[in-house]
Amino acid sequence: MRRFSWFNATSLTLGFAFLYLPMILLVIYSFNESRLVTVWAGFSTKWYGELFRDQEFLDAAWVTLKVAVFSSTLATVLGTMAAYVLVRAGRFLGRTLFSGMIYAPLVMPEVITGLSLLLLFIGIGLDRGVFTIVLAHTTFAMCYVSVVVSSRLTSFDKSLEEAALDLGCSAFEAFRLVTLPIIAPAVISGWLLAFTLSLDDLVIASFTTGPSATTLPIKIFSAVRLGVSPQINALSTILIAIVTVGVISASIITKRAAVAQARDEQAAIRTEE
Amino acid sequence: MRRFALIAVPYLWLLVLFLVPFVIVLKISLSDVALARPPYTPQLDFSAGWEGLKTFFSELDFENFVFLTTDSLYWKAYLSSLKIAALSTVLTLLVGYPVAYGMARAATEWRPTLLMLVILPFWTSFLIRVYSWMGILSTEGVLNTVLLKIGIISDPLMIMNTPTAVYIGIVYTYLPFMVLPIYSALEKMDESLIEAAEDLGCSRFAAFWLVTWPLSKNGIIAGCFLVFIPALGEFVIPSLLGGSGTLMIGKVLFEEFFSNRDWPVASAVAVILLLILIIPIILFQRNEQKAREAEG
Repeated sequence: MRRFSWFNATSLTLGFAFLYLPMILLVIYSFNESRLVTVWAGFSTKWYGELFRDQEFLDAAWVTLKVAVFSSTLATVLGTMAAYVLVRAGRFLGRTLFSGMIYAPLVMPEVITGLSLLLLFIGIGLDRGVFTIVLAHTTFAMCYVSVVVSSRLTSFDKSLEEAALDLGCSAFEAFRLVTLPIIAPAVISGWLLAFTLSLDDLVIASFTTGPSATTLPIKIFSAVRLGVSPQINALSTILIAIVTVGVISASIITKRAAVAQARDEQAAIRTEE
Repeated sequence: MRRFALIAVPYLWLLVLFLVPFVIVLKISLSDVALARPPYTPQLDFSAGWEGLKTFFSELDFENFVFLTTDSLYWKAYLSSLKIAALSTVLTLLVGYPVAYGMARAATEWRPTLLMLVILPFWTSFLIRVYSWMGILSTEGVLNTVLLKIGIISDPLMIMNTPTAVYIGIVYTYLPFMVLPIYSALEKMDESLIEAAEDLGCSRFAAFWLVTWPLSKNGIIAGCFLVFIPALGEFVIPSLLGGSGTLMIGKVLFEEFFSNRDWPVASAVAVILLLILIIPIILFQRNEQKAREAEG
């Protein structure tokens, strides 16, 4: 505590002001009656009304949600499998290539990932649309999921699995009854991460989509290219609100779970005594 | 058998949707542009057998790469991307370090909240965070209105559509990537080390420079790579904030592909961008490995 000087207080205040002011301004101006950014013409929710009457935005939101749900679920399954292979499967042919393919997409520029996938889809003559975006998002999101899950897998005690196997579980039962409950928090945060990455992605979706499917980021990007749009301010406010509520409730839930777990462990220790 | 399936499913997925596409990019970067669909030749014709394969390879050449070296647009774009990425990494460090330091020195019960406040923007849409600066930086934007009203400036600042706006955008969007690794390095540090240094006659600044800074070095290096690597290929920030005057390679690639429809050149641009990125990526991996070894 002694070292928490005025300097630290100032840098924290300035840092968080820098992080949050632009978003706060965006939220404030979404309620502006005027179309212009700078002129405050009174409080109004008319841009929200216009947003909800705009069929194109509603369609784009629906496409985005579909893509995000499918790709994050698929990415969670594949990513968890990949994490399990990396941590538990031991040596196999091409292991280095496998781990390279898991880590490379994390640092690959989006323009390259998008370009290469588009060239593949054209090469094999696949019609581009929701399906191809799902394939693309699954591929890069599964790598994030597998990094999150494998860090949890490495940190827990392998003898728990071995005990289950010794007591007559099949490998799959041991995974379902022992491993999965332990890594569940990591799997869930992996899914959330994959879901957000998919909702958020503009570049890869622009490359891999066709005329039939426009996602929300693509729609937003083409709308704001030429300047500030009050409708997009309203949409941004809605998205910011959803994320804020989601993150805060997730952190409260994890905190409660941690407290409950600590209490259970205490109780277990007391019974042993 | 089960083990085989477990390995094979994610393995095949990544082979088909990550490695093969990349080989295709490499191949097209060696092809010639053609006025057809797909707009490049040669195409691999398996029905022609071995002979077809031989003609296919004989028609591949490095023409597009030679073209990239002759047209100054690409050189300038690579150099300006490197410059913008490097400078904005330094700027992010300058902004992020004090924040991470303040967080690590805050009271223990405050730290989870501060940590959540840093992570929250990361979950918010990247596109929206970049967009939020358009309303602030534009000529009639919030910043200019406020500064003009206070009387600090008499003419509006022209920040929008300049490299300055791109720097601001990168620092803003990548700040959490810098703060988090530095915070986790600083948080692990034993504060009594600084007290010892000060007891032994160090000034506060000397204690910081000789003790705190070296101990947070791994976090700093990790943070710098986490900002530099994605910033180099950035597309959204230069196209929304940078205007036509800011040259960045991610944007060039995007436009080469969608506006000029020159797939071979776009692919060659991608291949070179990746070659440039390999060095920082390897250095980053090495740093991570060292940090892991130091811990365990």
